[in-house]
Amino acid sequence: MQTESLSISVPSPAYTSAKQKIAIALSGIGILLILVVWAAGRAVAPVPVSLVAFGFMLAGVAVFVREEYLKHPEGIKNNGAWFRSLTARGVWGWLLGVLITGFYVCLYWFPQYLTGLIQLFDPLSRLLRGTAANQWFVYGTFYTAAVLFMGIKFIYKYRHNPYQRLRTFSVMFFQLGFAFLIPGLLLRLQQPEIYFTYFWPLSYYQGTPMAYQGYSGSGLGAFFFFFGLAMFFIGTPILTYFFGKRWYCSWVCGCGGLAETAGDPFRHLSDKSLKAWKIERWMIHSILAFVVLMTALLWINVATGKSIFQEYSQIFYKTYSFAIGSAFSGVVGVGFYPLLGSRVWCRFGCPMAAWLGIWQKKKSKFRITVNGGQCISCGNCSTYCEMGIDVRAYAQKGQDVVRASCVGCGICSAVCPRGVLRLEGADSQPPAVLSRTL
Amino acid sequence: MKIIILGNGVSGITAARYIRKLSDHEITVISDEADYFFSRTALMYVFMGHMRRKDVQPYEDWFWEKNRIALLRDRVSHIDFEAKTLQTSHGKSIAYDKLILAVGSQSNKFGWPGQDLDGVHGLYHWQDLEAMERHSRGLARAVIVGGGLIGIEMAEMFHSRHIPVTFLVRESSFWDIVLPPQESAMINRHISEHGIDLRLQTELKEILPGENGKCRAITTSTGETITCGFVGLTAGVSPNVGFLKNTALEINRGILVNEYLETNQPDVYAIGDCAEIRQPQPGRRPIEAVWYTGRMMGKTVAHTICRQATAYNPGIWFNSAKFFDIEYQVYGEIQPREPENLASLYWEHAGGKKSIRLAYDRHSGAITGFNLMGIRYRHEVCEKWLHAGTHIEEVLQNLGLANFDPEFFPQHESELVAEYNRQTGKSLVIKRKRGLPAVLQFLNKQHPSS
Repeated sequence: MQTESLSISVPSPAYTSAKQKIAIALSGIGILLILVVWAAGRAVAPVPVSLVAFGFMLAGVAVFVREEYLKHPEGIKNNGAWFRSLTARGVWGWLLGVLITGFYVCLYWFPQYLTGLIQLFDPLSRLLRGTAANQWFVYGTFYTAAVLFMGIKFIYKYRHNPYQRLRTFSVMFFQLGFAFLIPGLLLRLQQPEIYFTYFWPLSYYQGTPMAYQGYSGSGLGAFFFFFGLAMFFIGTPILTYFFGKRWYCSWVCGCGGLAETAGDPFRHLSDKSLKAWKIERWMIHSILAFVVLMTALLWINVATGKSIFQEYSQIFYKTYSFAIGSAFSGVVGVGFYPLLGSRVWCRFGCPMAAWLGIWQKKKSKFRITVNGGQCISCGNCSTYCEMGIDVRAYAQKGQDVVRASCVGCGICSAVCPRGVLRLEGADSQPPAVLSRTL
Repeated sequence: MKIIILGNGVSGITAARYIRKLSDHEITVISDEADYFFSRTALMYVFMGHMRRKDVQPYEDWFWEKNRIALLRDRVSHIDFEAKTLQTSHGKSIAYDKLILAVGSQSNKFGWPGQDLDGVHGLYHWQDLEAMERHSRGLARAVIVGGGLIGIEMAEMFHSRHIPVTFLVRESSFWDIVLPPQESAMINRHISEHGIDLRLQTELKEILPGENGKCRAITTSTGETITCGFVGLTAGVSPNVGFLKNTALEINRGILVNEYLETNQPDVYAIGDCAEIRQPQPGRRPIEAVWYTGRMMGKTVAHTICRQATAYNPGIWFNSAKFFDIEYQVYGEIQPREPENLASLYWEHAGGKKSIRLAYDRHSGAITGFNLMGIRYRHEVCEKWLHAGTHIEEVLQNLGLANFDPEFFPQHESELVAEYNRQTGKSLVIKRKRGLPAVLQFLNKQHPSS
């Protein structure tokens, strides 16, 4: 993939200070330790090794934050985003993409190659969950560490912005609490391992008869099954009416949480073209239709005692699970962060996002308003929109941004140099008092 | 009808877009600078690596053909206003029915010795950005001359590449011909905080040549010689009208136009930076080289050409900028030094990076201006108060309506009210907080109280 370079001569290499290199080296050592264990296929002294590995990564983040953010006045820190190999689809970006993609491929289809990592986190799993680790626990641990470590980095990057700080604290809280600690503790208490922040249809299994039957005998499980349904049918319309999609996508959801933290350095890589928007609408709604149909078939099958569709509904389920649940949401959705940006899954694939988007577009107070005639069409808002919305197209016309895909991250408003954009809630478009200025 | 637009900046392109919206006329836009319209105000972000060239182009490349706006990359060398024909430097002869001149500005050069050396550039055109890029590799120091909006942008640009900057400002404080003393002092501090070598009350005397016609150093009015590989000339811009001098077109500093943006030549209009309004509205200047006036003029001229003669009406003055990390917004008139009849109420945050200033008439109490540093205010609300000449006390009590900062940002309006109370012995309180529903209610009210 070519990175249309700066257009003007050859971009000069981004400046990296000695201390920044130390930061990268520290994190690099931590990652290397993990890679060695992964490659070795077995873990020796898992407790010290995992502590040292995460310790080094955290130390790297700390040094980086100090050098990159704390030593400079607070403000927008996008210098060199399109120059750096890692964040501009250069060699490092591709290498990182291959590494994450490879991990996801092993995770979903070849867990036998993750034995070393599973052993590495076995002590932590026993401590938290009272049971042996498996590949999903490894995944959850990495995921949570990524959200927390990169979340800390993000909070310092936007330390001047209370909205960003609070929002990031929120995704870190929900990931650590509701997607890591609570499911683990539930398992320890011999309850079903419930992720309270993932509902059907994002968690497509949650709406199936298999999930329902799996929860039988567990009051908590039954509660969660109906809670999930209520969130879909009642919670989503009401909350989205007041707050837009952001009550979920950029404040609570784990996929969103990872995108907003670990994915933040790649947000500008999203495709802003009209063509991409067309593909997005077609694709995300097709997937919503797919998951609804799949779930309906499974229930009809159960209700009719497998008399109509027999095994077809299961084939349907397995197809979705493979193509959407694993390949799209995981491998492409996260593995391709450094190539396609951080929200590919949320934008093109997530059926929950599609459902939230329908409500946001049709029945919500949420909108991004434009401050009169102040827009200078610079393009920072569009460039840093992780969802690929051409925010500028609205801003320069003085038109409220009401888009199904907007997750309300607020970065367009943050990077705007002229104070043009604001996330807010009201029922109608402000009067065009400034139409003559536009 | 065949319409030719010279210049593909915001003025020319806005004119083209609106002519297309309103008519089926044949439209050709001629530019020597770039194939496609880009946001001139965003040049700095390309240099700093925030955006690529295609990111600062507001429309995708297919847009022009789809909207039947022909783009021609060429330079117009001569205009025959009698015969209504243009000559281009590629030897083309093009006839027009209507001609819109939107040829923009050029960087000021005040006859400094060495001002045409290699490595001496302004920042206005795409080519200036290319020149900065060319000279940046291995650059040990850049000197920037001229303490205004472009100068500070250029300082930020080099600073982002870790290139040391010396910033010469003629005045005793940054941009103090526009900013009141406190705001200007705030920016002085902020420039220095970023490690820029800020030299106030220092002028450029001479640029010294080195090898191959390249600049080597400069000397200053304070007698110092500063070695540098690049000199940025950012002492303002002026209309790019050199190629039109000595023609029948009436030119003063810019191309003179009436309220319909018509020049003295039939069917020839001038818009944007290059236009000089013969009789500007009160509170507005004859030449205003800012983004939005270009946009407004483009829209106005399109209406004049396609519908009925429409007078250019920019309304109440406003502007915005960003000085490194500090955003700046202004609505209405803010004088750098308070005139007799106006008072101003100023509050500054303890951190020294945010401030609010309200200017008002000493006698009637009518609000006349808002000046914001590090805080965003809502254009529509400020404009409505300014338009109505609302009393300062009513403005203060409802000031929350104007706040446009994001959610969870602290609201400092009550601190400004406290300052007013301290000065006057009154006990006003804030009645409104930030929020769109109240704003809509306010804006939709038919009769503004005044």
